[in-house]
Amino acid sequence: MTEPLVRPRRKNPLKRTRLPLRPQGVRSRTAHGLTAAAAEGRFALQICLDCDTVIYPPRDACPSCLSARIPFREVARGGTLIAETAVRTTTDPYFRERTPWRVGTVKLDVGPVVVAHLHGDAVEGGRVRLELKLDKSGSAVAIALPEKDTENMADDPHLREMTCDPKFRRVLITDGRTGVGQAMAKAFSDAGAAIVFVGLADPWKPFAGMAGLRKIERVEIVPLDVTDTESVTELAEQNGARIDIVVNTAEHIRAGGVVDRHGLTIAREEIDVRYLGLLRLAQAFGPILRFRGADGVNSAAAFVNLLSVHALMNWPAYGGYCATEAACLSAAQCMRAELRPGGVKVVTVFFGPLDIDWFQTVPPPKVTPAALADAVVRALQRGLEDVFVGDVAEDIRQRLAVNPKALEREMAN
Amino acid sequence: MQRKSYEGAVACLPVTIPYRRYSTNSAQWWLGRALHELIKRAGLRLKDIDGFAVSSFTVGPDTAVGLTQHFGLSPRWLDHIPFGGASGIVALRRAARAVQAGDADIVACVAGDTNHVDSFRKTLSTFSRFAQDAVYPYGSGGANASFALITKHYMNSYGAKREDFAKICIAQRDNAMSIPHAMMKKKLTLDEYMSARPIADPIHLFDCVMPCAGAEAFLVCREDVAKSLNLPSIRILSTIERHNAFPNDPMQIRGGWELDIGELWSMAALTPKDVDFVQTYDDYPVISMMQFEDLGFCAKGAGPDFVRSHTLTNDGTFPHNTSGGQLSVGQAGAAGGFLGLVEAMRQLTSQPLGSQVPNANACLVSGFGMINYDRGLSSCAAVLARAA
Ligand SMILES: [Zn+2]
Repeated sequence: MTEPLVRPRRKNPLKRTRLPLRPQGVRSRTAHGLTAAAAEGRFALQICLDCDTVIYPPRDACPSCLSARIPFREVARGGTLIAETAVRTTTDPYFRERTPWRVGTVKLDVGPVVVAHLHGDAVEGGRVRLELKLDKSGSAVAIALPEKDTENMADDPHLREMTCDPKFRRVLITDGRTGVGQAMAKAFSDAGAAIVFVGLADPWKPFAGMAGLRKIERVEIVPLDVTDTESVTELAEQNGARIDIVVNTAEHIRAGGVVDRHGLTIAREEIDVRYLGLLRLAQAFGPILRFRGADGVNSAAAFVNLLSVHALMNWPAYGGYCATEAACLSAAQCMRAELRPGGVKVVTVFFGPLDIDWFQTVPPPKVTPAALADAVVRALQRGLEDVFVGDVAEDIRQRLAVNPKALEREMAN
Repeated sequence: MQRKSYEGAVACLPVTIPYRRYSTNSAQWWLGRALHELIKRAGLRLKDIDGFAVSSFTVGPDTAVGLTQHFGLSPRWLDHIPFGGASGIVALRRAARAVQAGDADIVACVAGDTNHVDSFRKTLSTFSRFAQDAVYPYGSGGANASFALITKHYMNSYGAKREDFAKICIAQRDNAMSIPHAMMKKKLTLDEYMSARPIADPIHLFDCVMPCAGAEAFLVCREDVAKSLNLPSIRILSTIERHNAFPNDPMQIRGGWELDIGELWSMAALTPKDVDFVQTYDDYPVISMMQFEDLGFCAKGAGPDFVRSHTLTNDGTFPHNTSGGQLSVGQAGAAGGFLGLVEAMRQLTSQPLGSQVPNANACLVSGFGMINYDRGLSSCAAVLARAA
């Protein structure tokens, strides 16, 4: 059984902050097929299309028939842990701070042998299931979990190195005025976050759901206007060192394309709220998050970007909005590289049309704010980097993978 | 087809450049010292060396070709054999065939590596693509972690105890006591072995070799050439080599020797009982124990009992790793693949560095190497005999 995490005590401000280190993240190009799977929480290995051999470690030819047709595909994750060791001496500074570190050899039912990290409840000789996770370097690793869930299993220290579990962490929801912001606050409170800071611009202005928001346990309302650099900076100065996860819920959704809109007023607004808002948050909170990436149980863990799935392919009915979302996606990719030295994950959550007023005319299926919030919490608990929420988002992802040009034409109708 | 014997080709002139824990010199320096020692002691000129086989991990970015210019050699036969623990025997068998065929007259086989303070870590993380992708990110325990898993699995399968591995290590330490350059020369007790610092369970400190800098070398030539140079030589009765045997074994519990062992003994026209001492590749004691089984000294799984029922020192019932092996002398990179072979040549020509095995007329040397992912891929062995 996993020892449950103990709520961290208030940090002595005079104590030195442990600087973040990373395990070796260099991989061959082919091995990043595992990284792609881990980012989305899939368990995928190479499989030979000509002889069905499942292949690991990643190769450029099938070791059974030399075929080069060996794409990554989801495979069964069950196996047996045939031997384990605890590494006590290591040449790597990251692991040196974390020894003893258990690793083991897993014989997968589908064939290959995988050297994997071990969850504390994985037992030598016993059945395990493998998952692919992104470690602090951002590259994929395999971890063997016990076959069935065990009590407090998310609290396992090896596993927690690879996830961004909100439990005992302090979260900033940047805008509590929206339905999504309020659902997010509730979901993080339920997930055991130690403090849920919720940003409000002009807090005296009443809004729907205000009473409900204030009633959520461990919610602390803070003044925050993402369109005001001073406001963002001030919050970061006051509370930045106590914020481990940032979820940007600032939204600006208006219909209309690029040609048929009149003037730039709306475009300026959406860019100010979404794109420049993200930049203000990134510049104010990014450096502190990166610095605190290894700061104990409640180390800085993640920056979450909520993005329309149409950031990936423009939807002309909301064309201007989509263009701004695409800019935010590009900035998020940049942030990923910039925050990786701290082991801080930048999560992109792609959603289809939300069940909110701004998408009133759009037919279902739509994503409720509660479903989006649950998906965000689950993604953090699992340590994912790319998440697609709802049927539309999943549909776009698949069509994009098959034929982006066809999708472009289809979005116009 | 019947394999051709090695008749007519011999190995001679065992050379060891005394090991050092760390060296600020390059691999090229160590290889150069060994080559120099060979020509000096053989009374040869550089241009007499017309074959050159070299093994090294730290010589990059140079290749064997580049080294010919570095050392002023003009060989007509050249080989680069960076096969780790299999380097020595592979060099021997290739060089012997070249000499038999007349492609070269005198082949210098040289292995050496340097050891800078940070070179071990650098070598580990970039040892192979599979190590980079699928081993090093898992605790970065290096070979210790990989062999810990193999050792644990072997113990679970065949009931080997840490005490059994201790016996191998302690006997080798006894054999190393008179080797001047051995990294570890202090007598090892069972208590010290058992209570040593854990490295990667169940591997503890004295199960591990100490990385160091050093070089080993020998010559391969025709028997008449060795005689004319006044060099005592040894005969090669048989050799085997195998890579990536048993890929479907979920964990390494046997080496490739098992595939080729019948041929090794039949080609030598000897049985395991006929050899007077054995040099196994001892990167970890479990691998030595596997070799006792796979090379025919006992049945598979009987390794622990075999060790319990023998004394493994030079004066014992089963003299093993007669200079103390890598576990006591140290592992000078690829030179570790030459150590047992060079020491066997000394024993068979009665010029040991340490103590002499009585009546040493025939021996078996084996090599093992290259843990690319989860197991050592290369295995090889040779049966050698004192010249008639
Ligand atoms: Zn195939």
